[in-house]
Amino acid sequence: MLFDPSHFTEMLPDIWKAFGQTLLMVGISLAVALVIGLPLGLLLFITGKGLFSTSRSGLLGNRFVNVVVGFIVNLIRSIPYIILLVALFPVTKWLIGDTIGPIAASVSLSVASIPFFARLVETSLREIDKGVIEASIAVGATRWMIIKDVLLPEAKSGVIQGITMTIISLVAYSAMAGIIGGGGIGDLAIRFGYYRYDNTIMIATVVILIIIVQAIQLAGDAIAKAVDKR
Amino acid sequence: MLEIQNVSKIYKVKKKSVTGVDHVSLTIDNGEIFGIVGYSGAGKSSLLRCINLLEQPTDGQILIDGQDLTKLKGEQLRQARLKIGMIFQHFYLISQKTVGENIEFALKAANISKEKRNERVKELLHMVGLSDKKDVFPAQLSGGQKQRVGIARALANNPSILLCDEATSALDPTTTTSILRLLKKINRELGITIILITHEMDVVKEICDRMAIMQNGKVIEEGAVYDIFANPEKPLTQEFINSVVSFDIPPTILQNVKGRIVKILFKGDVAGEGVISDMLQQFEVRGNFLHGTIEYIQERPLGIFLMELNGQVADINRSISYMESRGVTVEVLDNVI
Ligand SMILES: Nc1ncnc2c1ncn2[C@@H]1O[C@H](COP(=O)(O)OP(=O)(O)OP(=O)(O)O)[C@@H](O)[C@H]1O
Ligand SMILES: [Mg+2]
Repeated sequence: MLFDPSHFTEMLPDIWKAFGQTLLMVGISLAVALVIGLPLGLLLFITGKGLFSTSRSGLLGNRFVNVVVGFIVNLIRSIPYIILLVALFPVTKWLIGDTIGPIAASVSLSVASIPFFARLVETSLREIDKGVIEASIAVGATRWMIIKDVLLPEAKSGVIQGITMTIISLVAYSAMAGIIGGGGIGDLAIRFGYYRYDNTIMIATVVILIIIVQAIQLAGDAIAKAVDKR
Repeated sequence: MLEIQNVSKIYKVKKKSVTGVDHVSLTIDNGEIFGIVGYSGAGKSSLLRCINLLEQPTDGQILIDGQDLTKLKGEQLRQARLKIGMIFQHFYLISQKTVGENIEFALKAANISKEKRNERVKELLHMVGLSDKKDVFPAQLSGGQKQRVGIARALANNPSILLCDEATSALDPTTTTSILRLLKKINRELGITIILITHEMDVVKEICDRMAIMQNGKVIEEGAVYDIFANPEKPLTQEFINSVVSFDIPPTILQNVKGRIVKILFKGDVAGEGVISDMLQQFEVRGNFLHGTIEYIQERPLGIFLMELNGQVADINRSISYMESRGVTVEVLDNVI
């Protein structure tokens, strides 16, 4: 039998626990990605080429910072997540005291999602019409005013879409973290669905993941649209 | 007074140099409306953007009341920019902020307290006729209304100069007229010097006191708008004038012309028609009007007529001298138009 409802009911407590662990991993990593990734994305943008590169514009143009930060971001992004996960074991051990469990998995998930989110932030900042930034420079605005009242509000909708994308890829990566005992839905799928050929659990976990991803996408799009005044 | 002294702007694009502005010098007096015209790529925007240092000139100085802006950096430059407003063809308002917040943004740059900001925003909205739009987002406004917000933002900190880069080019004729009227009002009531770029001579004719024509980064002609309309020297200038004051005479009519074609120009108060009728009475010359118009530039009439004169060559010559002696400019076109 492909799907056994009574087995599903029996496993429900485990599924709930796994769901909670996934939420915990995604939640922690997302928080870290937002707190560090947002300023990092902003830094990449304001130190980047174009309008901000001339010191005359009264804004930050720092080629050195841009190149170094850009290099590190690309470096982390080019490492396959599963390798990053293993490579970060020593750091995780030192930081958390353990390499197993959802909290430990959050370390590598955070490290992977920071540069991912930072680039998305940078991209949404690039989409702002240069003219709006120039008009603000012409008006005599300070750098801080331009960041706070122009860049962030104008990029808000794009950043929310970036958050949506980050959450979705975190859900996918967190399933991978399950392989090395990170816990969560992915872990459940591998332990039961894959190793024990438990089709019921396999189907249940896949359906749950599909629902999570769809729900996040829908909610994200709706919020992005609601905050956009264009 | 704004002095643009020998300003050049050379853009470096992939090791190649592109000249935007080529050794331009202009002096613009306080309180005047100065128009800069030229075709696309002539360097108008580049020059305008050099004035508030959005572009750093490669060479030359920008002096405002004697202070050289090109020497300023950072905070000093920012302070100087508070006194130079700028508006754009595409408005460039912050789309995620309300009309009121967009204007308030400029006031924040000048460190104005919250209460004073509120007061001033109200004042500015009233001035541009948008008192009921304070809490509306730019997306809900028409082009003309967006430009009014742009103007309010530019004037927030009582600038002495307002730079307008094709401010009416994205607007329909009626809206253009209303924006030009607003600019004129601002100029008259607040005494703000306005420098405006356009490729429409109509705009210049409507509100500018003086003008410059640009081509390939250079200013090729400069002067009072009236004088330039009356007597354009460079071919490009004539081309621009013709776009407003055109004298296209159908070829079939030209074929029937037997006499001499003259272009007669009446400036200001010279009573044009009177001079012509006097001339026709005194000389053995028959006249035939082919074309005529009276343009009002800054409320001063400029009459331009094309006439066919028939008669003896000597009589025609004497009639021309006579008209010239009465203060009229006469140009013999000799059938070539
Ligand atoms: N940022 C830039 N980088 C490189 N070249 C530029 C830049 N801005 C302007 N140019 C060049 O300088 C010249 C003058 O351009 P500018 O925009 O000042 O012309 P314009 O008279 O304002 O034209 P338009 O009527 O189309 O706005 C053009 O050849 C243009 O390609
Ligand atoms: Mg231009």
